[in-house]
Amino acid sequence: MAEKVLMKGNEAIGEAAIQAGCKYFFGYPITPQNEIPAYMAKKLPKVGGCFVQAESEIAAINMVYGAAGAGARVMTSSSSPGISLKQEGISYIAGAELPCLVVNIVRGGPGLGGIQPAQSDYFQATRGGGHGDYRMVVLAPSTVQEAVDLVMDGFDIADMYRNPVLLLGDGMLGQMMEPVEFKERKPRQLPEKTWAATGWKGDRPRSVINSLFIDPAELERHNIKLQAKYDTIEKEEVRYEAYNTEGAQVIIASYGTTSRIVKNVIDDAAREGIKIGLIRPITLWPFPKEIFAKVVGQQTVKAVLAVEMSLGQMVDDVRLAVNGQKPVYFYGRTGGMVPRPDDILRQVKMILGGEA
Amino acid sequence: MNEQIIIAGFGGQGIMLMGQLLAYAGMLEGKYVSWLPSYGPEMRGGTANCNVIISDSPVGSPIVTEATTVIAMNRPSLDKFENSLKKDGLLLINSSLVDRQAERKDVRSYYIDANDIANQLGNLKVANMVMLGALVELTGIASIKTVLESLKKVLGPSKQHLIPLNEQALERGGLRVK
Repeated sequence: MAEKVLMKGNEAIGEAAIQAGCKYFFGYPITPQNEIPAYMAKKLPKVGGCFVQAESEIAAINMVYGAAGAGARVMTSSSSPGISLKQEGISYIAGAELPCLVVNIVRGGPGLGGIQPAQSDYFQATRGGGHGDYRMVVLAPSTVQEAVDLVMDGFDIADMYRNPVLLLGDGMLGQMMEPVEFKERKPRQLPEKTWAATGWKGDRPRSVINSLFIDPAELERHNIKLQAKYDTIEKEEVRYEAYNTEGAQVIIASYGTTSRIVKNVIDDAAREGIKIGLIRPITLWPFPKEIFAKVVGQQTVKAVLAVEMSLGQMVDDVRLAVNGQKPVYFYGRTGGMVPRPDDILRQVKMILGGEA
Repeated sequence: MNEQIIIAGFGGQGIMLMGQLLAYAGMLEGKYVSWLPSYGPEMRGGTANCNVIISDSPVGSPIVTEATTVIAMNRPSLDKFENSLKKDGLLLINSSLVDRQAERKDVRSYYIDANDIANQLGNLKVANMVMLGALVELTGIASIKTVLESLKKVLGPSKQHLIPLNEQALERGGLRVK
């Protein structure tokens, strides 16, 4: 077993990427994720890789596009305003079907917003922040250990489906330290990158990295092919944690850092004889619809409460998944404010008391 | 055990390091731990604080809302965090810099002249370790031996010559509250 080390979320994400074989990082600094590029700048040259601090986020994501097109394991990271700038490139990468990992350590918005943790980029992450009919796989860790595991899996998922993968954290996860273990893992059987543009020597058809399809019929065919891939991902890659859900009176839906606070609420409520369950989506896209449908169907469940560090984004997906079976309520703080356990518990009591 | 600790002071007093050493020592003793810093556009001389949780069960929220221990390395920290302390909680005050007594009567307050002790040892920078020594003595969160082991890991190979001084500071802090 590997030794446990105490690491900051951001640094652990960097180390996990290197251990997953990531050789290239292109980025531009922004708080609260700066420890990721700093770590990569220090470590990548030692493993024969390359770190470039680009002149802008847009340059950085296009360097990722290029490296991914050449078949490299490549990543970039940023925080909310920087991720907005990268959306054009991400759309091109999705259109050209290239694998890469993008990390968003979310801060409060809109605009430049603030630098404290938030979850207000959920819509951007799960609806495709750029233009066109595309999807990114969105992974939402709640602990530093889970961030490490999901970074490693994220590269594999990207390669498996030739699709960008987004790791969605927040300032708290990036800045906090927790013990982590870099476990030996069994990599997936991944297809060979026969499509990579690595220099043509006449021994195979030319590889062309492209997202331009002028003929509408051809572009429609391309989109239908992408859609078939997204359908497969929806079948194969859904992840969630269902915690304390059996016989629960209220189900809280919450992801990432916020779900940790909800776990405290569950303990506090239990001491008062209230049973709360948690459904924590780990993949925000594909969203774990089926578990919601199953859990909220229980007779004991009176209502569902979505708790987020936003003014209500994931709650839309929760409503779609619950599909009218039970009422869905929302509680959130935003702008870098973090929900307090006692405030969440008060919401639960109001719901149970019919005051919400 | 579920220790919920707030450590606060001026930037440059080694607040973050104290918290990291505690978390590291907790981890080495097999506990679940988390360390969460205040972060922002901060600077030496500004205020800094961190939240440390050391627990027998997995850590939920890394934010400390009801502290079992508050360490106030300066006056603004005492003003800000005295009320975050639970009833019967532990309040450690750096009396070298804090010019008032605790207002709370329902907590256990200790006054440690950490800067003066550090000065006597010949290096003001170890005032944080004096406080840490007092905390470890009062709570038994981790052994001094484990804290030293953590220090060796956190300081890295180039700073090992500082270990004996830090060890002295930890011991002096412990003696102060014995």
